[in-house]
Amino acid sequence: MMRHLPLIVFVALLGAGPLLLPEFTVTLLNYIGLYAIVAVGLVLLTGVGGLTSFGQAAFVGLGAYTTAWLTTVYGVSPWLTLLIGIALTAAVALCLGFITLRMGGHYLPLGTIAWGISLYFLFGNVEFLGGHTGITGIPTVSLFGWELKSAREFYYLIWLVVLLAMLSVRNLLDSRVGRSIRALKGGAVMAEAMGVNTPQAKIVIFLIAAVLAAISGWLYAHLQRFVNPTPFSINQGIEYLFMAVIGGVGHVWGAVLGAGLITVLKQWLQDFLPQLLGQSGNFEIIVFGIAMVLILQRARDGLWPVILRRLPLRSAGGPRQLVAAEPLPRRARPAPGSVLLDASEVTKRFGGLVANNRMSLSVKAGEVMALIGPNGAGKSTMFNCVSAVNPATEGKIAFLGESTVDLVSRDIARRGMSRTFQHVKLLGQMSVLENVAIGAHLRGRQGTLAAALRLDRGEEARLLAEAAQQIERVGLKEQMFEPAGSLALGQQRIVEIARALASDPCLLLLDEPAAGLRYLEKQALADLLRKLRSEGMGILLVEHDMEFVMGLADRIVVMEFGEKIAEGTPAEIQSNPRVLEAYLGGVESAA
Amino acid sequence: MDLQIFLLLGQDGVTNGAIYALLALALVLIFAVTRIIFIPQGEFVAYGALTLASLQAGKIPGTVWLLLALGLVVIVLDGVQMLREGRYGKLPSLLIFNLGWPLLCAAVLFALPPGDLPLALQVLLSLLLVVPMGPMVYRVAYQPLAGASVLVLLIVSVAVHVAMIGLGLLFFGAEGSRTPAFTEVSFELAGAPLQGQTLLVVAASAALIAGLYFFFERTLYGKALRATAMNRTGARLMGIAPTLAGKLCFTLAAAIGVFSGILIAPITTIYYDSGFLIGLKGFVGAIIGGLASYPVAALGALLVGLLESYSSFWASAYKEVIVFTMIIPVLLWRSLTTRHVEEEEE
Repeated sequence: MMRHLPLIVFVALLGAGPLLLPEFTVTLLNYIGLYAIVAVGLVLLTGVGGLTSFGQAAFVGLGAYTTAWLTTVYGVSPWLTLLIGIALTAAVALCLGFITLRMGGHYLPLGTIAWGISLYFLFGNVEFLGGHTGITGIPTVSLFGWELKSAREFYYLIWLVVLLAMLSVRNLLDSRVGRSIRALKGGAVMAEAMGVNTPQAKIVIFLIAAVLAAISGWLYAHLQRFVNPTPFSINQGIEYLFMAVIGGVGHVWGAVLGAGLITVLKQWLQDFLPQLLGQSGNFEIIVFGIAMVLILQRARDGLWPVILRRLPLRSAGGPRQLVAAEPLPRRARPAPGSVLLDASEVTKRFGGLVANNRMSLSVKAGEVMALIGPNGAGKSTMFNCVSAVNPATEGKIAFLGESTVDLVSRDIARRGMSRTFQHVKLLGQMSVLENVAIGAHLRGRQGTLAAALRLDRGEEARLLAEAAQQIERVGLKEQMFEPAGSLALGQQRIVEIARALASDPCLLLLDEPAAGLRYLEKQALADLLRKLRSEGMGILLVEHDMEFVMGLADRIVVMEFGEKIAEGTPAEIQSNPRVLEAYLGGVESAA
Repeated sequence: MDLQIFLLLGQDGVTNGAIYALLALALVLIFAVTRIIFIPQGEFVAYGALTLASLQAGKIPGTVWLLLALGLVVIVLDGVQMLREGRYGKLPSLLIFNLGWPLLCAAVLFALPPGDLPLALQVLLSLLLVVPMGPMVYRVAYQPLAGASVLVLLIVSVAVHVAMIGLGLLFFGAEGSRTPAFTEVSFELAGAPLQGQTLLVVAASAALIAGLYFFFERTLYGKALRATAMNRTGARLMGIAPTLAGKLCFTLAAAIGVFSGILIAPITTIYYDSGFLIGLKGFVGAIIGGLASYPVAALGALLVGLLESYSSFWASAYKEVIVFTMIIPVLLWRSLTTRHVEEEEE
């Protein structure tokens, strides 16, 4: 209840607003609401997803012009034009996203700048859209027979949409799909290896942001009952981004704060600056531009987190308690001793450098295979080839009898291979529980809409219960709700193992899991791996701790300079002269 | 359309294309070295053109105040740090570049009636006034964020662009300016007049491109920039300070921008906000080159110029729509031909 108190106060104030405030303020609040809807989309796109668009104003324009034209010329119902506008915007966003998102992150914003400019000129030059004069006489909207004629009445519709947008984006972020969206910024490789289709996740958030903009445009057209190209120019598109960034690009409330702040400030500066400078013009953009640079330099997360820090109420990040749930179904286990992974003649080149040269190894169900070798021997490269995080240049890799040559890492993850990373790839801001739940991504199926509408709670509880179970299994129950970034490095490696286990794999790839662990922790890890082996899991292990490897592995492959120099049981490897010379000899003399 | 019109339009296209090519080169340079997508490039074009126009009108250009102000901000930012770290030896050069230089420019402007100076001196003065803003803008806006992601740097770029547009309006007013042509000479080519101005622009662009080539191939600083573009960390380990590389390429980009502005000023009327679209057309060229290849970027920019010129004949109202929509098939082609490996950024 206490958690929801600020929201209740906010809604109550909003509801009372039009009854108490003068006309001018209500109009201002209407605009803040319209802008906030667009800014909420940018929070999702930019703040959470790490992508951005300067073309949101063009999407707003698409929504506004669609309804303006269809309602005035063909007399179509505004509610129908809302759907048409959304569909049209989604189609354009899909095309733009499909083209630009395949390339580096900066091509999307550049593409949206170009698209924003062309659409603006198109609006201004197309005859039937009224050219630069625009379209007038747009009809009002009726809600269950209540005609929203005045700004005071329309206010309720706008703010209802704002609240719904905020709520659904918040719901979305706190879900299976939401976790994969939150992994886009700085964790895309990891997310792919956990089975997340990251290009699809990017398109989804771009679509949501565009659709929110189109809804804002629809509202704008029926509030103003008049449209012309000016409010949909690239400058307005830039201003939307400023709102999101200044308010706090990682929080839905930041969008409302930013929209409010920029709108009020603009109003005030437009009166004040021309008086001060003795000229007329949009000089407020100087202030906004400089403010943006300062915000990005000093408080990159915007003003909302700064305010939040001063408030006694803390909003809880992510789930804090678990609901009892039925366990998730598990995949069928391959028979112990059957070959899981068979890699032969794998070569990986980086330009002229041959990191792996005709490497071969195999892993069977119910065994621990260790890959050892001096630093730089190419062990992690081999891991990346096997898991297709960075695919091999040549050679055959078969997983469960099926070639993985044409598969990307998420396809391989789906078939039952999971891995950890040598350089830990956790999302530091997210709790341990949420990080591990990303591992269970492929074991859920609920999508974006279900998440936004909270229809996914049953499955979500099962995913979180699975994550919690794996966390308990690796011995980190105490840290379950802490941010993953606050854990010691050794513990973070263990979280990675829990995340890999949450995907219910039959082959586990562990890249230096024992590095940074204390003696007792190493023993606990070895016990866990023995237990997994006895359950029939195949484990491929890269590790430098020889005591750990020799005590655990069934078979060992030794690499040096990208090539295999020996293979055998720990006893064979320990007495192999070539290994002793290349590798263990150094270790012995050092000890 | 007869041959004469075809040639005339082609001439226009090549003239504008040559200028877009210069801008495209600057954009590729800045992106390669600093990962900054330099949206404000266009503002340097407008500032250059309008500063020259102000000088020719006998007015003190407002850019001199911006130069003084930026210089002071740099002195405060760097000076405090140098004093704290006790690096007093570096103070004189800081003061000379950021305070002495702007003051000298201001003094020259107030001492000499700028309208009476010969054209060459006016051009030189415009360059001297606006080009130093390049490294200053880098120091003030970008340097504190040098390690940030491409996305954050892009948003900073847009913010700087917006602020510079506003300042441009303040300094030069809403009215546009067009400077007199550098030359009235005209030739005849296949029945169509070939303007000396066109030849001048193309020759000047070619000379500048040759100069840049020489700079990158033969000078130590040029090689340092190329090294930074190829491998930032490696260059840093070899003792090339990222700050130096940043300031150097911003100086170059500002110089290219101002120079382009001076070249374009007699051809079209420049307003305080014209630079944005001009710069973006350079961008379309740069994107054709994948923000990486200089020759392809220059060719792409030339193509943009020609496309713009011919589309203004058939569908003049849709000129901008056509030019900026062209980026979509270009992006599609690039996205289908390049395999992008995600670089992880925080």
